[in-house]
Amino acid sequence: MSVFVNKHSKVIFQGFTGEHATFHAQDAMSIGTQVVGGVTPGKGGTTHLGLPVFDTVAEAVAATGADVSAVFVPPPFNADALMEAIDAGIKVAITIADGIPIHDMVQLQRYRVGKDAIIIGPNTPGIITPGECKVGIMPSHIYRKGNIGIVSRSGTLNYEATEQMAALGLGITTSVGIGGDPVNGTDFVTVLQAFEEDPDTEVVVMIGEIGGPQEVAAARWAKDNMTKPLIGFVAGIAAPAGRRMGHAGAIISSEADTASAKMDAMEALGHYVARNPAHIGRAVLEAMQERGIAIR
Amino acid sequence: MNIHEYQAKELLQSFGVPVPSGSVAYNSTQASQVAEELGGNRWVVKAQVHAGGRGKAGGVKVVGTLDEVKRAADAMLGSRLITHQTSPEGSLVQRVWIEQASAIQKELYLGFVIDRASQRITLIASSEGGMDIEDVAKTHPEKIITEIVDPAIGLRDFQCRKVATAIGLKGKLMPQAVRVMKAIYRCMRDNDALQAEINPLAVVGGDDDLRLMVLDAKFNFDDNALYRQKTITEMRDLQEEDPKEVEASGHGLNYIALDGNIGCIVNGAGLAMASLDAITLHGGKPANFLDVGGGASPEKVTNACRIVLEDPNVKCILVNIFAGINRCDWIAKGLIQACESLKIKVPLIVRLAGTNVEEGRKILKESGLTFITAENLDSAAEKAVAIVKG
Repeated sequence: MSVFVNKHSKVIFQGFTGEHATFHAQDAMSIGTQVVGGVTPGKGGTTHLGLPVFDTVAEAVAATGADVSAVFVPPPFNADALMEAIDAGIKVAITIADGIPIHDMVQLQRYRVGKDAIIIGPNTPGIITPGECKVGIMPSHIYRKGNIGIVSRSGTLNYEATEQMAALGLGITTSVGIGGDPVNGTDFVTVLQAFEEDPDTEVVVMIGEIGGPQEVAAARWAKDNMTKPLIGFVAGIAAPAGRRMGHAGAIISSEADTASAKMDAMEALGHYVARNPAHIGRAVLEAMQERGIAIR
Repeated sequence: MNIHEYQAKELLQSFGVPVPSGSVAYNSTQASQVAEELGGNRWVVKAQVHAGGRGKAGGVKVVGTLDEVKRAADAMLGSRLITHQTSPEGSLVQRVWIEQASAIQKELYLGFVIDRASQRITLIASSEGGMDIEDVAKTHPEKIITEIVDPAIGLRDFQCRKVATAIGLKGKLMPQAVRVMKAIYRCMRDNDALQAEINPLAVVGGDDDLRLMVLDAKFNFDDNALYRQKTITEMRDLQEEDPKEVEASGHGLNYIALDGNIGCIVNGAGLAMASLDAITLHGGKPANFLDVGGGASPEKVTNACRIVLEDPNVKCILVNIFAGINRCDWIAKGLIQACESLKIKVPLIVRLAGTNVEEGRKILKESGLTFITAENLDSAAEKAVAIVKG
C-alpha cells in the first residue's frame, strides 16, 4: 500500500508534448508507472511516446480512465490547468512548476472548495511510490520500498533524508513533496492523515522549513490523531530573519517562524526531532528501534 | 519586489485612495519649489528608501518654511539612512517626497496580507496606528482585527463596516472607511501584491471636516507575477537592491549574502538551508545562501563560483549537489570550468549525489585538479569548517 498514487494509478501528463513532460513521462514509465496519455491543447488526435494526445483533460479522462495528472504547464497557465484537471474529475493532480503567481493559487484554493481532489505542489519534486508510480522529477533510484512515509516542503532535502535512510537500510512507502510555496495545494496535515490511514506506513518523517504555521499545526494534529511515530526536522536554523531563503514560503516573519521555535514546539508535543539535517536518517532509525518497529 | 513610498501613494491615488498632495524631488531646489507649489505653511520632507524605520533615523522632517524644506532635503539627499531594516552601511537617499503636513487627529493601521493559514487575502486593522503592528500584536493582541476575504466574492461592504466599527471609525468616517478599504483591496489584488501596509491611516482635518488619509504605505509585490504587471515592473529601483543579488538572479541563481566565511553552492532551497545549518552546527559560519536551481549548466555553476568569490571573506567553498533534474556530470564540468577560468585559489569541498553521480565523481577525479570530496552532508560540512579553522 501507499498514499495517493500506486500501481493502479492511471496517469496523464498535461503539457504532454513539451520537453520536460516528455522526459519525465518516459522516466516514470521506466519504473512501472501506468502512463495512459496526455493533453496538449491543439494537438488532440495525435500520438506522443506511443500514447494518445487529447485537447482537453475531460476527453483524456473519458477515453483513458485517468485519475492522476502530472501538470507540466508553464507557471502563468498552471493554476488554470489544475482547475481543468479538477473539473475533469482527476483525483490527484501534481504540479511541479516553480513560479505560479500567488493570487492564482488563492483562486485555485477557492475553486477547489467542495470538490474532491488532492493537489500536490506547486514547486515540488512530486510524489513517488517506489516500484509502482512516480509523478515528478526526483531521482527514482534513491527511493527504495519500505515502511516509512516521508513528506517535505523541500525537494532536495527530501532526497537528502531519503538517501540517509537508505544508507541505513530504511525504505519508504510513499514520498510526498508538498512544495515550497506559501499557498500550496496540500498541507502537512492532509498527508499525515493519509499516512496514518495507510496500513503499510509504520513511521512518518516530516521535513519542514522556516516560515508559516504549517509544521506546528501538523505536529499538534499528529499529537491528537496519530498512533504512528512522527520524526520531524525543520531547515533554516542558520537563516536570518526577514530574508526569503529561495522558496517563496521560506521567510521568517515572526519568532514562531524560526526553525528552532518549530522544532521546540514539535518536541514539546511529544514527537521525535532531528536537530541536525545530517542526522535525519539516524533519528528515524533510533525512533524505530525505540518503538520496536522492524526495518522493512 | 518593493517600491518607494511615493510610488505606493501614486498607485493608491490611482485607485481613488486619499493621500496628501505631494511630489517627489531629486535636489533641494526642486524640493522647495515643490513645497511652494503645494502651498500651505507646514510640509513633511521624507527620504525615499525602501527600508522602514525612517522616522527614528531622521528620514522624516516636519518643517514650517521653504528654507527649512530646502535644508531638510539637503541633509537627506546624498546621505545614507541607517535604520533597523537597512544594512549597517545604510541606504543612499536619492530622492525625497514633499507633502503638505496633515492635521492628524488619530492614527490607525490597515494591512492586507495573504494569510498562510486561510490561504486567502486577509485584512488586518488596528486602532493603534503609527507603530509596528508586530509590537501591537505582542502587547495588545485584542487590538488586532482580522477579516478574511473570499476571493470569489471579494471584500464586502459589511466586512469593512465591521472592521471600521472595531477600530473606532464612526459617523461620516464609516462610509469613507468602506471606500478606502475596498480600494486598497482592489489595488492589492489587481497588482499582484503580496502585502499592502498602510501605517498610519490617519483621521485628519477639523471636527466638522474629518477625513481619512493615507500617510505612509508599503507594498510588496509577487515576483512571479511581474510578467503581467508592467506598471509595477517599471517602478523597480535596482539601486535599492543588493547588486550581487540582482546579478545572481540575472543568471537564474538565488543568492543571499551572509556574514561568515564558508561560501556555499547548493541546489534547491531546502538543501541550501540545510547546508547552512550543517555548517553552523559544526561551529562554522556560512558566507552566503546560493541555490543554483534545477538544470544547472556548466556556465551557471561558473557564474555561481564567481559570485560567491566576489565576497572577500570567503575562505573555502562548499558545493553540495543532490541532483534530481540536475546532473552531477554537468556540475562537475562546471566546477572544472570555473576552476580554470576563475583561477580559484580557495579550497573546494564537493559533495555530489543523485543523478549521474558516478560520472560526476569520475570527471572530478580525472581532471587533475584538487577537489576535496565528501561522501555526505555531514562530512562535507565538517571538512569545510576544519579548513576555515585551520
